[in-house]
Amino acid sequence: MNQNHSIAKLQKDFIAKKLSSTELTKDYFKKIKASKTNAYLALCEERALKQAKTADEIIARDGERSFEKQPLLGIPLGIKDVLTMDGVVTTCGSKMLENYVPPFTATAVIRLENAGAVSLGKLNMDEFAMGSSNENSAFGPVIHPTHPDRVPGGSSGGSATSVGADLCVASLGTDTGGSIRLPASFTGIVGLKPTYGRISRYGLIAFASSLDQIGPMTKNVDDAARLLQVMSGADEMDATCAPNSVGNYLGKLKDKWSWSGVRIGIPKEYFVDGMQMEVEASVRESLKKLESLGAKLVDISLPHSKYAVATYYLVSASEASSNLARFDGVRYGVRPQSAVEAPDPMSFYKRVRANFGPEVKRRILLGTFALASGYYDAYYKRACQVRRLMKNDFDEAFKSVDLIASAVGPTTAFKFGEKSSNPLQAYLMDILTIPASLAGLPGISVPCGVDAEKLPIGIQFLAPHFEEERLLQAAHSFETEVYHAI
Amino acid sequence: MQSEFEAVIGLEVHVQLATESKVFSRARSRPEGGRSVGEELVNMNTSPVDTAQPGTLPVLNKKVVEFAIKAGLATGCEIRPKSVFSRKHYFYPDLPKGYQISQYDLPICEHGKLEIELKNGESKTITIQRIHIEEDAGKNLHMSGYSLVNLNRAGVPLIEVVSGPDMRSSEEAVAYLKSLYAIVTYLGVCDGNLQEGNFRCDANVSVRKRGVEKFGTRAEIKNVNSFRFVEKAIDYEILRQIEVVKSGGTVIQETRGFDSAKGQTFSMRSKEEAHDYRYFPDPDLPPLILKKAQIESIRGSLPELPQAKRDRFISLYDLSKYDATVLTQDKKLSEYYEESLGGIGNSKELGKKVANLITSELARLLNDADLDITGSKVSAKQIREIAKLLSDDSVSFSMAKQIITILWTEGGDVSSVVEKHGFKQMSDTSSLEPIIDKIIAENEKNVQDYRAGKEKLIGFFVGQAMKATGGKANPGMLQDLVKKKLKG
Repeated sequence: MNQNHSIAKLQKDFIAKKLSSTELTKDYFKKIKASKTNAYLALCEERALKQAKTADEIIARDGERSFEKQPLLGIPLGIKDVLTMDGVVTTCGSKMLENYVPPFTATAVIRLENAGAVSLGKLNMDEFAMGSSNENSAFGPVIHPTHPDRVPGGSSGGSATSVGADLCVASLGTDTGGSIRLPASFTGIVGLKPTYGRISRYGLIAFASSLDQIGPMTKNVDDAARLLQVMSGADEMDATCAPNSVGNYLGKLKDKWSWSGVRIGIPKEYFVDGMQMEVEASVRESLKKLESLGAKLVDISLPHSKYAVATYYLVSASEASSNLARFDGVRYGVRPQSAVEAPDPMSFYKRVRANFGPEVKRRILLGTFALASGYYDAYYKRACQVRRLMKNDFDEAFKSVDLIASAVGPTTAFKFGEKSSNPLQAYLMDILTIPASLAGLPGISVPCGVDAEKLPIGIQFLAPHFEEERLLQAAHSFETEVYHAI
Repeated sequence: MQSEFEAVIGLEVHVQLATESKVFSRARSRPEGGRSVGEELVNMNTSPVDTAQPGTLPVLNKKVVEFAIKAGLATGCEIRPKSVFSRKHYFYPDLPKGYQISQYDLPICEHGKLEIELKNGESKTITIQRIHIEEDAGKNLHMSGYSLVNLNRAGVPLIEVVSGPDMRSSEEAVAYLKSLYAIVTYLGVCDGNLQEGNFRCDANVSVRKRGVEKFGTRAEIKNVNSFRFVEKAIDYEILRQIEVVKSGGTVIQETRGFDSAKGQTFSMRSKEEAHDYRYFPDPDLPPLILKKAQIESIRGSLPELPQAKRDRFISLYDLSKYDATVLTQDKKLSEYYEESLGGIGNSKELGKKVANLITSELARLLNDADLDITGSKVSAKQIREIAKLLSDDSVSFSMAKQIITILWTEGGDVSSVVEKHGFKQMSDTSSLEPIIDKIIAENEKNVQDYRAGKEKLIGFFVGQAMKATGGKANPGMLQDLVKKKLKG
């Protein structure tokens, strides 16, 4: 009954009494229960219906004004299961945490709920956000919203499918090397990874702390701006959360954006070998349209891009090996129940840590190795140095361009099992999203076309640090004036 | 120890900082309302951060930084404008995150020094290589068939103070520890409760032949938390290593524990079993950047430190450097001393006498009862009363000592003890002269010998006279009178 309605439209309907938040929420629960996508791992019906009821009461009392105070009032959202919610099982897609109930809520979720959002439930994901197909979840893969033989992308696969299949209005994903942008492009939705530090990571179960960012996954750019607006800003619970002032993301979308004179950098390194022809064609065609609207296409080079995947897997695996050390079964999670099973700490750890899936184990091993004394300088330290060089590449490029554009993934959504036998092949799916992650830059994936099988293709825009206003304005204009016009 | 061997000792001291909340969370860092750690319910002072719940993040407590800077400035360290927190990894049930947040290659303080005073009157400078901030781990409680974990202590702020390998004996090591202890307690950055592990020490000990420059292989003795045990552990370890070398063996690099009941060190793990801690900068904590103005403002707020107080005592009361050091190393003791002198002027002689009373008689009583000055059964006010009696010559120094012992064992107040035991110094010539005359008359032989040049015999006459007065004669006056009379 509400396919693809924007937050603005839904709120108009609330005011016009065409729809209540309670009706909408109940409808979503019905659809979720009927869905075979495996997008949700847990539902919080009681919490959601209470939030919806409160929203309806406020709207009935205060009308239009209620959205000024609570811009997301009555809007049902899905939350990636990497984010904690007080009293709600939070598994991170892992058997390790299948019974973990956190006693606190992630800052981003608190801010959404304070803004009136309704939390429907927790969304499936690759275990500990490691993967790009959502096939690494301990609770089974998520199915693509329109093509049941295809993956939705990962690691925020549940977040992507839930939006693509309209099992929520919008969702939260997290992006470490492309985990928002890639699934957004696979499922034909909008996915925004903000600047590192824009949104508090408190309550985000860490995979790679220096890369992880929370971001909105939405049906349109306007909705993404609304979620970003609410979630952004300093948090005293996260020392890496930036004190930079929060932009007027939503307000700026109303300004007329002109492509005239906008310089778009096209990194020559980003049209990689093995890229699906239709993907390249669709992106190039989109850029041509922008050129015809007045944009200036500039060929640029990001020379260290070729080291991106290697650098990323060293940095992220090293941090992961450390972050995941706490999953020792001592305080929470699954564990041996008697001294017979585990007579000493070492056998206890062995049993507990066997509960990680193969991809997580692979990365813990890689990271443990890269941080070991004697290897640290050659691997982790070197990777950090290359990371700085990559950041310098971007700083240099942004001296002469306003935005950078590229494809999001080298292909459209692939079939289940297609990449799972070869981890390296799977790692290459992130080749176009990783560099911005390493540099901490904001990036957005917006639909720009489909391939012969009607699988969505996404275009990625990148902007300088904390230039989310510019990024959203450009993406919004692309979405409304280029994509929807096609 | 004049042997052919020489010991080389370096100390790593963990000082627990007396902040209200933990180093990276808002949970209480120490028990509320003066309770002891043992009285606190287990796992009561924890937050989701301290139990390492997934999704939590550390946020640095500013007070911890201030305290660490204070400790650094008071030990002559340079404060780094940029320091970095690193993760130190190992698995143990009392370490909730699987790593400890510490500082590794870029600590907050570096290149300091500490002066120590030795019993022979010499001083020595010990270098401080670094001071870094880190968090404490929790505590495992081993029951029969299972273990429990108490995380109240997890995340409690510590600074680790690392000395150079500059000490050559357990005496020097203990002098260093006492000096450092004095500084951190004067600063108020540490509560200084040794029983609760506020001040714990790891000692690196090696031996080498005298004259050899190269260090021997060291053993690290872990977690010794009393000055006396440090002394015993080091002495034991030095002898053990000398024995190993003498019998043709080689000392192996290892971590050792100290069994205080046996007075022996024992092997815990060898170098081969040592952890690879996989240090790397903690991505959750930005580098700690300190501005000059911030450091200087902390420098301006430092209180009088033990060394300055010691020098003040020396110049005011003519104390020996060693006595002044003993009096000032314990902040409470120095305050006790000052209080006991309060309102009776700046007499050098009296100041010295009172210092002697405290460092000899009172120190002995405290030591026997295993108490520090806060547990003294004789108050500073009582010492002040005794000092007054000393100053107007109504009691002798030896009487003053006896009064202290009686007050300690029997209680009561100074005046009643004086009265009851008749502590009244005879300070009038008229009552002393007849006694001296009698002794001279009864010991003619000694008188002749004295007059013939055996001046040592003066002691005999004074002693006899003192005995005859029941020890109440004013010793100075007695001496003068005896001399005068013997001259004839």
